[in-house]
Amino acid sequence: MSLDLSAHLTATAEARRQIEICNACRYCEGFCAVFPAMTREKAFADGDLTHLANLCHNCRGCYYSCQYTEPHEFALNIPAALAEVRQESWERLVGPAAFSRAFHENGVAMAGAMVLGIAALFGLIATLPEGEGAGFYAFMSHNAMVALFLPAFLLPLAAVGVGVGRYWREVGAGRATLGDLTAALLAAGRMKNLSGGQGQGCNFEREDRYSDARRHCHQAVMWGFLLCFAATSTATLMHYLLAWPAPYPPLSPPKLLGVPGGVLMVAGALGLVWLKTRADRALGAARVWGGEMAFILLLAFVAASGLALYAVSGTAAVPVLLALHLGSVLTLFLLLPYTKMVHGFFRLAALVAEEAMKRRTPVSSGGE
Amino acid sequence: MANDLQGPWDVIVVGGGNAALCAAITAAEAGARVLILEGAPKPYRGGNSRHTRNFRCMHRGPLSVLTGSYAEDEYFDDLLLVTKGKTDEALARFVIRSSEECLPWMEAHGVRFQPSLSGTLSLSRTNAFFLGGGKALVNAYYNMAQDLGVTVVYEAQVTHVVLEGDRFTHVEVSVASGPTECVSGKSVVLASGGFQSDVDWLARAWGPAARNFLIRGTPYNRGVVLRDMLDQGCESVGDPTQCHAVAIDGRAPKYDGGIVTRLDCVPFAVVVNKHCERFYDEGEDVWPKRYAIWGRLVAAQPGQVGYALIDAKSYNLFMPSVFPPVKADTIGELGQKLGLDPAKLSATVGAFNDACRPGKFHPTERDGLATEGLTPPKTNWARPLETPPFYGYQLRPGVTFTYLGLRVTQDAAVQTRSGPLRNVWAAGEMIAGSILGQGYLAGFGMTIGTVFGRVAGRQAAAHALTKKETLRVA
Ligand SMILES: Cc1cc2nc3c(=O)[nH]c(=O)nc-3n(C[C@H](O)[C@H](O)[C@H](O)COP(=O)(O)OP(=O)(O)OC[C@H]3O[C@@H](n4cnc5c(N)ncnc54)[C@H](O)[C@@H]3O)c2cc1C
Ligand code: SF4
Ligand code: SF4
Repeated sequence: MSLDLSAHLTATAEARRQIEICNACRYCEGFCAVFPAMTREKAFADGDLTHLANLCHNCRGCYYSCQYTEPHEFALNIPAALAEVRQESWERLVGPAAFSRAFHENGVAMAGAMVLGIAALFGLIATLPEGEGAGFYAFMSHNAMVALFLPAFLLPLAAVGVGVGRYWREVGAGRATLGDLTAALLAAGRMKNLSGGQGQGCNFEREDRYSDARRHCHQAVMWGFLLCFAATSTATLMHYLLAWPAPYPPLSPPKLLGVPGGVLMVAGALGLVWLKTRADRALGAARVWGGEMAFILLLAFVAASGLALYAVSGTAAVPVLLALHLGSVLTLFLLLPYTKMVHGFFRLAALVAEEAMKRRTPVSSGGE
Repeated sequence: MANDLQGPWDVIVVGGGNAALCAAITAAEAGARVLILEGAPKPYRGGNSRHTRNFRCMHRGPLSVLTGSYAEDEYFDDLLLVTKGKTDEALARFVIRSSEECLPWMEAHGVRFQPSLSGTLSLSRTNAFFLGGGKALVNAYYNMAQDLGVTVVYEAQVTHVVLEGDRFTHVEVSVASGPTECVSGKSVVLASGGFQSDVDWLARAWGPAARNFLIRGTPYNRGVVLRDMLDQGCESVGDPTQCHAVAIDGRAPKYDGGIVTRLDCVPFAVVVNKHCERFYDEGEDVWPKRYAIWGRLVAAQPGQVGYALIDAKSYNLFMPSVFPPVKADTIGELGQKLGLDPAKLSATVGAFNDACRPGKFHPTERDGLATEGLTPPKTNWARPLETPPFYGYQLRPGVTFTYLGLRVTQDAAVQTRSGPLRNVWAAGEMIAGSILGQGYLAGFGMTIGTVFGRVAGRQAAAHALTKKETLRVA
């Protein structure tokens, strides 16, 4: 615990030092929401820094444009400083912290968890009595799936919910309105803050040249994930409300949503992996590089195994692929609070909080 | 490295800031083979240009991020006001008129603009701000130059520009402190800035006090090429004893502190020297207008140091500064922490407080809230320092640039006593004295560099390429 606290202190102190320099400069004001937000303050409390850190997308525009990066003695590296604070905030706010740290930092731990998840599914499929239904329900009944996945989904969500609540209080966000939420959702949907401010993109894999590759890959993953999620949700509704259980034909809503979703996710995730190998590790939270990489690969695996499961339907390969797919989904869900996945919730919360704070305290001019 | 240096080159550009890059890009687009010799290592490329935030641009109507219109005459009048008439009208008007076409040219070559920054609304009509500041501009130009096939060599210190009669033949350059090498080209563009980073030269021009000055920009502008050209009989312009200096935070680094070390608190402050004496009317005018005189005022004080003191009432009225102020609960304690005589400081502030009169305080315009019976007076924003905590900032002169430069004509050709050199052009701060005899207009440095950089690049390429044609014909 004491170790965690010292990490918190150093990361926050370093971010504070750097942000105070930016606040006297402001050249990067046009890149993203972080810079206008900092002009509200002259001195930065810990919560302010947690908030700024969660507003940052690590687009790196402000690094390559900065006249004070090393070897200059001011040694600015805002993307890395904010990444450290952000990373540390998730690990601190979403409990249990030790768990958080282990998976965020450690790709091997994540891979191990996935192997366990898949093995568990193999075990279940092997031991559970054969289901009544058709398709993959023949191998695992619908009720067994619900019994397994509902808690595996809701419990991690609850953990994240508690963390986001703590975030909300720590940054002093106050009351948010429907308008704040709408504005935040619009910004998130377009990934406005990854656009470089003018749609030119970010400085991720091409150093000081702008590129939209990261934004496009990230869009693919996010929308792909949401489509897959929508596919599962629609299928659940169809199951209960229309008494229309799986398997579904190619032109049914779950397939029409799920297949393009899965393709988008795989393509986007592989793109992100490639970009990550090209980008400078020193401009992010270097200690979690491996964990982030493992997480993206896990996403790609979930989507790819889902598509493969669909492709082999009706063949003898179904039980194997079912175990692989459901096992990886289980891992993804269970690790949700302790992997990069959690950033989605915090980013959205930060955007809503920023809308609320902006509305209450318009950005000060500081005079001139 | 040696291979990189071997041409053949049509145009050699000395320097790697805004003016050099504008020249290199223009020459390359004209079809010339261009070599940039940048004295700084790559992380510090771009000279003072990497510290800039905007450029001043004439425009007849809304243009890109610029609002309203800013006509030639208004622009020129603004220039006259700051230079007190010390300007070459023909050249100045040429720069002003050309600035309008610069903005779209800059955008076409990768520069992105943003609306004026928070706290600088007063400039939204006249000055176009660079997204990410000057380093982003410099990056964009280096990328553009690279795409155009320009060769860039960093840590390439040019020591001598070799002339034969009225013609340039080659430069002598040392790369990464290696041996001197000769690189020849058909023409050369000189854009290596002023001499402000050579503190010995500053001290010779200004006096020993200059050793206490801080240099706001790059340590690489040491005037080596400027000196070399002057020694070879080129004509100079601008006053060698003058430099543009502002009052900055005394704790700033000796070089390269840039924009964040500025202090905007003077109008709301009591400013004393190290003997705790006030020496000038802090409230003479709104800060943007008075910003530039305080460097000089502080430079004239013993030890070249001043102290700006405010109280809690004023703390949020100006842009934050990079270093936290010294903070204390009493004036005496503040004096002690700043290394000033506490009793004397308390007496000075006490006398100031007694001279303040009630009235309406207005932070953004001259409010006439003046002291009575005090020398020197404070003619605006005079409010007693009485609300703790009290804050103090040390002030020192920060040199922005020097005025001494090479004389050029409108086509950027470098002049000698016996007429222009035939294949030597110069641009940027190196020639700014031709237009700006004294004073400074925010954003004008980049305008001069962009306009003259492009002219110099065009001329240098035209010269080199015409020669190539004739050679081919022959
Ligand atoms: C803190 C600060 C803020 C400023 N803000 C603004 C602003 O907002 N707007 C504005 O218009 N102006 C501003 N200025 C002024 C502006 O920086 C200059 O007018 C402008 O950058 C000059 O451009 P330049 O290309 O002539 O020189 P520089 O950009 O200084 O480039 C000179 C180049 O020459 C190189 N060099 C020097 N000697 C040698 C040598 N011997 N061999 C090889 N290379 C050499 C240097 O490394 C450098 O790359 C500011 C200045 C400072 C210090
Ligand atoms: S990152 Fe650098 S250039 Fe950007 S606002 Fe901060 S100090 Fe200024
Ligand atoms: S890295 Fe990008 S998103 Fe983060 S603060 Fe810098 S400009 Fe903003």
